[in-house]
Amino acid sequence: MIDAVGNPQSILVLGGTSEIGLAIVEAFASDRPLRVVLAARPSERLDAAKAKLEARGCAVEALPFDALALDTHADVIAKAFAGGDIDVAVVAFGLLGDNEQAWTQIDTAVELAQVNYTAAVSVGVALAEKFKQQGHGSLVALSSVAGERARRSNFVYGSTKAGFDAFYSGLTEALRPYGVHVAVVRPWFVKSKMTAGLTPAPMATTPEAVAAVVVDAVRKRKELVWAPAPARFIMSALRHVPRPIFRRLPI
Amino acid sequence: MASSQPVRLRGWGRTAPTYATVVTPRSVEEVVATVSAAGPRGIIARGLGRSYGDPAQNAGGTVLDMTQLARIHSIDSDTGLVDLDAGVSLDALMRAALPHGLWVPVLPGTRQVTIGGAIAADVHGKNHHTKGSFSRHVRSLELVTADGRVQTLTPDGPDPALFWATVGGMGLTGVITRATIALHPTESAYFVVDTDRTNDLDELLELLTDGSDDRYGYSAAWFDTTTTGRQLGRAVLTRGSLATRDQLPPKLRRDPLKFDAPQLLTVPDIFPNGLANRVTLRAFSELWYRKAPKRRRGHIENITSFYQTLDVVGEWNRVYGSHGFLQYQFVVPMGEEATIRRIVEKIAHSPYTSGLNVFKRFGAAGPAPLSFPMPGWTITVDFPAAMRGLNRFCNELDELVLAAGGRLYLAKESRASAETIRAGYPRFEEWRKVRAATDPHGVFTSDMARRLELNT
Repeated sequence: MIDAVGNPQSILVLGGTSEIGLAIVEAFASDRPLRVVLAARPSERLDAAKAKLEARGCAVEALPFDALALDTHADVIAKAFAGGDIDVAVVAFGLLGDNEQAWTQIDTAVELAQVNYTAAVSVGVALAEKFKQQGHGSLVALSSVAGERARRSNFVYGSTKAGFDAFYSGLTEALRPYGVHVAVVRPWFVKSKMTAGLTPAPMATTPEAVAAVVVDAVRKRKELVWAPAPARFIMSALRHVPRPIFRRLPI
Repeated sequence: MASSQPVRLRGWGRTAPTYATVVTPRSVEEVVATVSAAGPRGIIARGLGRSYGDPAQNAGGTVLDMTQLARIHSIDSDTGLVDLDAGVSLDALMRAALPHGLWVPVLPGTRQVTIGGAIAADVHGKNHHTKGSFSRHVRSLELVTADGRVQTLTPDGPDPALFWATVGGMGLTGVITRATIALHPTESAYFVVDTDRTNDLDELLELLTDGSDDRYGYSAAWFDTTTTGRQLGRAVLTRGSLATRDQLPPKLRRDPLKFDAPQLLTVPDIFPNGLANRVTLRAFSELWYRKAPKRRRGHIENITSFYQTLDVVGEWNRVYGSHGFLQYQFVVPMGEEATIRRIVEKIAHSPYTSGLNVFKRFGAAGPAPLSFPMPGWTITVDFPAAMRGLNRFCNELDELVLAAGGRLYLAKESRASAETIRAGYPRFEEWRKVRAATDPHGVFTSDMARRLELNT
């Protein structure tokens, strides 16, 4: 259960090696150790993340999870909930991909679409079913500002996040009558392994800063948040910039 | 009788809402039917929702709204015994009993609690040092258990262990549907009240330990958490006893059992978060302290003005805004005055300010394993729940309380760890075994039970 001060007792991270996902766990764990389920492909990074959280007093379970193996999703979610209620679930997996490759090569484009959109919808449906039965919980969906308006420089990724964002925004409403909270999180440029090698955008943020926004959203049951918060106003303005100008912006 | 859509439920602290199917039974048979039909998420009884945290919530499961099972079957003026349904409020009972010259022996800070809730939380009042907690006055109770049986339990048998596990058991042994309570005779509905305003905590402790406290049936103090140094824990101690007819002024003597305390207003749900802050609570505390007389003797008051002040205001919890608040009540044993002092100091020097603070000396403990009171000192404070770092601060208070051999009150609790609760209740395991024997599949469960792992 999430207690009176907004601390969960258990958290599930789908994409269990995601830097933002793990930062969210750490942020909650800093106030109170909790039961953690990390769902990800087995790897050394996963083992390291597990060990690090265990050192903080958390009980950690690593669960094999492959976003592209769609027919295993229901089973993975069932296993995650088998150990008791899940108070917070974070949909944290995703690929950034190389935009030039993605819009010119079918395989790359399809993989991006499947991981970032199809798989996210698939786990979303499975999570929704479990949360409905539970009658409580927070589902945190890591979207992106990239989905708010397609940019030439990363529109394939942006298009997958646009679909992702629309799905989880709708799920917010569908789950509301069951007492389940969904938070759609739109991070700005985050300096992480996913964006390694890219030139950070101005106002670039960190996984820890995004995690702080997420913790606040869970505690206050906010349904749509930007990280950092001012990104909301920048994106709102950018959405209305005429195309001929938008095209020329250095973004 | 069942809600078609899940209903959002919260405790009085307005934190941690969850959704459940609410069923409102109107007979014991309907309670039995609903318990027997409970799904995998289980079932819990709910009264008037005055517990601050989550014991009367059951996310994804069933919640029994007991407030329609509210008949007073009989009141015997001679023996003082009342036979009534569990959904009767203490307010309704008090009003029904007064014309018989009878008084409800234990009344907590509000009368808006049900009989079932009063037993399940084993509530206490300002007279704990003389009359004990609520269960001391329960002669029998009727319990619907997980197997669908309706059992009548008494303190001395046939199943005393289940009776005492139900007392203070937060509804996890079954649904209390009916009870027999022993009331006390009284000549009036008024109190003769003495007030003392103390300069600091030490002066308060002295008044409470110099033997004078036992001369009063009722005793409790409000204290200030915003003052430090020489004014640390300055307090207003009000103590009194039920007035005899002769003690009343002639005007009241004509109708000594009259009780008239209408709800004056209901607080609208418009308060922003953060209104109850350091500045406003400091001003409130100053005012509360200053308005009290330095020393007053023999003042005649009714119960509302004596100690259920907040019952005059409906939904007063709304002033804390939508994020709600956290009530923190603990007890430490007699002799732990140093711990009391440390905790009051800690709160006074922290950014966490509390307005409605209660300080009281408890008397002897009852026999129930999960009953909260023990001989010692209890303090109640409340903090706006959304304040940053509040949980860590409360964790530090928990440590001081546990180190002193004290514990937290489950009816107020909303954030502690399972370990903290178990450490505070050394007979927890004894309770757990009785509970597991009567309900092996955990049909009775609640958000609190899940959060504090009470059923496992």
